[in-house]
Amino acid sequence: MSVVLDILSSVGMWEAILRIATPFILGTLGVLLCERVGVLNLGIEGIMTFGAMIGWLTVYMGAGLWAGLLVAALCGAMFGLLHALLTVPLGLNQHVTGLGITLFASSFSYYIFRLAVPTATSPPTVEPFRALEVPVLSDIPFLGPVLFNQTAPTCLALGLVLVIAWVLYRTPLGLAIRMTGENPHAVDAQGIDPIWLRIGTIMAGSALMGLAGAFLTLAAFNSFFPTMVQGRGWICIALVVFALWRPGRALLGAVLFAFFDAFQLRLQTVVDGVPYQLFLMLPYVLSILALVVMARRARVPQALMVPYRRGER
Amino acid sequence: MRFERREQTPAALTVLAPLAAILTALLMAGILIAIAGANPVQAYWLILDGAFGSRLGITETLTRATPLILTGLAAAVAFRAKLWNIGGEGQFYLGALAVSAFGLIPAIAGAPAIVTIIACLIAGAVAGALLLLVPVALKLRFGVDEVVTTLLLNFIVILFVSMMIEGPLRDPLAFGWPQSVPIPDSASLPRLLERSRLHAGLLIAVALAVAIWWIQTRTVFGLRARATGLNARAAAFAGVPLGRTLMLVAAMSGGLAGLAGAIEVMGVKGYVTTDLSPNYGYSGIVIAMLANRHPIGVIAAALFTAVMFVGADSMSRALGIPSYIADVTVALSLLTMLVAIFLTQYRVRP
Repeated sequence: MSVVLDILSSVGMWEAILRIATPFILGTLGVLLCERVGVLNLGIEGIMTFGAMIGWLTVYMGAGLWAGLLVAALCGAMFGLLHALLTVPLGLNQHVTGLGITLFASSFSYYIFRLAVPTATSPPTVEPFRALEVPVLSDIPFLGPVLFNQTAPTCLALGLVLVIAWVLYRTPLGLAIRMTGENPHAVDAQGIDPIWLRIGTIMAGSALMGLAGAFLTLAAFNSFFPTMVQGRGWICIALVVFALWRPGRALLGAVLFAFFDAFQLRLQTVVDGVPYQLFLMLPYVLSILALVVMARRARVPQALMVPYRRGER
Repeated sequence: MRFERREQTPAALTVLAPLAAILTALLMAGILIAIAGANPVQAYWLILDGAFGSRLGITETLTRATPLILTGLAAAVAFRAKLWNIGGEGQFYLGALAVSAFGLIPAIAGAPAIVTIIACLIAGAVAGALLLLVPVALKLRFGVDEVVTTLLLNFIVILFVSMMIEGPLRDPLAFGWPQSVPIPDSASLPRLLERSRLHAGLLIAVALAVAIWWIQTRTVFGLRARATGLNARAAAFAGVPLGRTLMLVAAMSGGLAGLAGAIEVMGVKGYVTTDLSPNYGYSGIVIAMLANRHPIGVIAAALFTAVMFVGADSMSRALGIPSYIADVTVALSLLTMLVAIFLTQYRVRP
């Protein structure tokens, strides 16, 4: 018991939570945008991998860290455009297209990575984002490091939660986005083209997925290696259900999830006799449990996975 | 520009569309090869030569195609009923693990080869089927989307495999490397050709493809599964027991993927490691879609994928192009194939 208390009272663990949560916050917001406009984006796992690779590569080639994030977001948007073109105007199956995007984006990232670094045995590193030192606030005991000793992209992610919540619930654009996810025919009747709205929103959401990947290589770690995303994208898809498609709850879900992850990482090192794999399984098991608990309460966007074709019912 | 549903698809189009799709994918991947500084024509020639140019190449391609046919069938069977089983990878590993655990039972290891082989194949298939029944039960009982649960289960299963081969199933004779105890000799599948890795699993895979085609076109269950996929509500209205049909489809699909893992262990590797499968489960999804979910088409699509993978390995050694180009080409051909299938169903009107 005291072991658990020791872990829970350590500053290090609480400091880690927001860092672990950041890719989940960004990825979940991305999935949320896509699903709110009515399109499932299973490309997330591959888009995150590509973002992680291209963000790292941009910085490795000599550009700045922010340039790395920007390139990752732009590439994410491009994969989003591909997914959108296939699923929106053509109305192809969103499950299979998304998986195709994931397979394409991840194998393409490994291909580029191998071309750029043909013979490296250990992955080359870059100088990652450092924690911001906010004057005064960072010096507050406990709360200071936990809340203010974070990197700039983490702050960006937290800011984006507010921005996206504001756009979705307080602007005409947000209303149109939510409405397209519920009833694209009604949107069309209002003179807004649901096709373009879907394409644009999916691109924006996919840009966030690219950012989520780049955070891994430019802030959480400092290098890229294949399979590093490790199902984080799929977890984001589960987190959106947990969040009931709301940005605020997405933040809550990502932070809760990161709490358990940080906790199990530390528990692993102090508990003997339990295979470490059981701890590593925990995040995936939790995601499935969250899905089971929330599935009943979930109010899925009504037009999710229903392609819209004008004049077809 | 708008799209108009075709009343009927011209026969020529059904044949030409998949070919055009694969050619387009090869063309796009060729651009990537050219960017990397190699001659795409030479690269593709080397891929073909690596896959078909020698006796070794041909047998390796067929050996590689065997698990791909089975995981491809697993996905094709499920997708036809709109059951999104993305958990082929996990089912593959659990099937493989079941064989290595089953081989430890003395009564089974000591039985005549034919008995051991059949018992192990069944164990693998049952393990895979049970693994898929969990998410399907969650879908039917709680309405949990099976895509995410099957995906997440893949990660859980691979960790479970790693736990088992470092724990109870660990081979004490493998120095340091975590791998399972080898399966008994009586459980290994007979070789089809001397001096090659080609094994009887290929015959099982092809026979199953034919059997599934027969089930889908000639049995009540096949009709029900198809009806469920085409329009679940209408199927329920027509008296199709949806839950039972989905559970049966799941058992088939998971069983096929589990069988793929079992056969890979019994025919090629002889023991389980966590890198037993170079994404066979995920490739199965691509193969199913390349074949437009047709069980006989799966054989052709699996061969195409195996040629790419085996050929790219030798091409990569010769030209220094990363062998990931095979994965890129296969993923691209999935996307172009989806568009091609769309164009067989719709007509583009300016």
